[in-house]
Amino acid sequence: MSIEPASMPAAAIPVEPAPLLAVNNLEVVYSDVILVLRGLNLKVPEGEIVALLGANGAGKSTTLKAISGLLKAEDGQITRGDVLFQGERMNGYEPDQIVRRGIFQVMEGRRIVADMSVHENLRLGAHTRRDKGVKDDLDMVYGYFPRLRERTGLAGYLSGGEQQMLAIGRALMTNPRLLILDEATEGLAPLVRAEIWRVLQRLKDGGQAILLIDKNVAALTRLAERHYIIEKGRIAWSGSSAELKADAALQKRYLGV
Amino acid sequence: MATQAFRPCGDFKSSYAADQTIFPTAWSRNFCILGVVLVAAAPFLVDRYVLSLLIQIGYLGIAALGLNILVGFTGQISIGHAVFFGFGGFASCFLNGKAGIPPILSIPLAGLMTTAVGLVFGIPAARLKGLYLAIATLAAQFILLDFFGRAEWFTGGSNGTVADPVSLFGFKFDHDESFLYVVLFYVVVLYVAAANLMRTRDGRALVAVRDYYLAAEMMGVNLTKYRTLSFGISSFYAGIGGALYAHYLGFMSIEGLDISFSIQFLAMVIIGGLGSIMGTLMGTAFMVLLPQGVNFLARSLDGSAIDHALGLHEGLPFLREMAIGAAIILFLIFEPDGLAHRWKQIKAYWKLYPFSY
Repeated sequence: MSIEPASMPAAAIPVEPAPLLAVNNLEVVYSDVILVLRGLNLKVPEGEIVALLGANGAGKSTTLKAISGLLKAEDGQITRGDVLFQGERMNGYEPDQIVRRGIFQVMEGRRIVADMSVHENLRLGAHTRRDKGVKDDLDMVYGYFPRLRERTGLAGYLSGGEQQMLAIGRALMTNPRLLILDEATEGLAPLVRAEIWRVLQRLKDGGQAILLIDKNVAALTRLAERHYIIEKGRIAWSGSSAELKADAALQKRYLGV
Repeated sequence: MATQAFRPCGDFKSSYAADQTIFPTAWSRNFCILGVVLVAAAPFLVDRYVLSLLIQIGYLGIAALGLNILVGFTGQISIGHAVFFGFGGFASCFLNGKAGIPPILSIPLAGLMTTAVGLVFGIPAARLKGLYLAIATLAAQFILLDFFGRAEWFTGGSNGTVADPVSLFGFKFDHDESFLYVVLFYVVVLYVAAANLMRTRDGRALVAVRDYYLAAEMMGVNLTKYRTLSFGISSFYAGIGGALYAHYLGFMSIEGLDISFSIQFLAMVIIGGLGSIMGTLMGTAFMVLLPQGVNFLARSLDGSAIDHALGLHEGLPFLREMAIGAAIILFLIFEPDGLAHRWKQIKAYWKLYPFSY
């Protein structure tokens, strides 16, 4: 079986509209020497959920960081290729400029501000916004995660699951066109995971485009439209949920399930 | 800033809005109001010596609050705060003496001029962190101090420059009894403004920059802008403090604006509590009263056997410096969260007494 980008099965969509996000031939180098992404291509269409799969160190998080402009903090840089968001080339933009254009990433490890209350964290999420909808969006987030409304006091005292809910809620406060989640449910209790998957499903039903990384293939095949498997900095396979579920050999080879 | 404070029984916050008020409880508000009233009544209650100490705590406390916004809230560092304090003083004297602007206006204008200077030094500093930033602000200390020494048109050079007393509608605030009210006004306005700043979008951004600059950046917070802004705000407070100092003494000179003064500002902030607004005032009071305490101790030992043995009289200036150094070290070891934290502990103790466990 040849698994090369060239022999990718044709996408399920008959006429392809211009995607929300297109990553073309992306190459990323850390510290000027470590080549991590070697010409990676992917697309996130409007209103779809796209999942990135692959082993540790394959370059999943790096891909997301490259899209959000967060490589600089780790001495990485895009040396070739483009990140196109709504047709605009995003390479070299500062992270805050990228957020302003509508891409928001919930990074691995949540990274909430521990010394602020839940409410302040959510308001911080709305930092780039000047519109009147902030109050409604606060209610929307509390609607998705009712238990956040109950919590007064500092966010640092929240449990891990609540912090992840807060991180996702804070992301929604930016009103993103594209929501990126790095390890959406890592290290959480099964019930909390289920809650987060339900919220992601509701977001999808509302038309939210999401690009995410997670290790839970079963949940991803239920949620996501399209999957990319990354290996050694390239896309090794891509296809729909049905194709991924049907191909046991593929799952065994790349995902060990 | 929301903080985990002990609240009286039955005082629950049922909304986030209530959780974010400036004063967490009615008592804390009344306590602050009582403090202001007491200070306002001080001219009728205490002698001039105590008044002069209160005024010192006031103008130094304003400048120290600026440093706390920079160090405690934004997580930057500055070891050149004294020169911004000095710049405010000189700027107000300059506006007052050369341009004839009355002190009542020249003090806030001096604050704005210092902000501008602070922003200039803040621009390179915004790109630096930790030790590198410390060195960059050290450069500001020496550059501005050198400028004060050379720019005779601005500072009067080594002779210094005189400043008019603050006056309003013909009334001159030229005694300790009256000047206290000027300082009190600025302390109340600027402290409430700082407490308010922390509840705004920009305040949240500053705290996020301190706690998790990567998270802040992801949230769309422009790091360079906020780090520079924090320098600007800090310089504004320093400038106002310096201008008040100049008009209090009626004279401003380059003396005393050296690096040890900058370190003293840092000491006030550390001893008071990084990131605590009321703590800043406590730390300033501590630093102002410490030398007085050392003086008192030395005087009471005067003539005793210990005095003969140690020669306290000649050694008094050294003793003072040593006491300041020792205070900083002891606070860093035993009370790294500062007086504000200790105060909270004491309050909690009494609230829970006698059932603290």
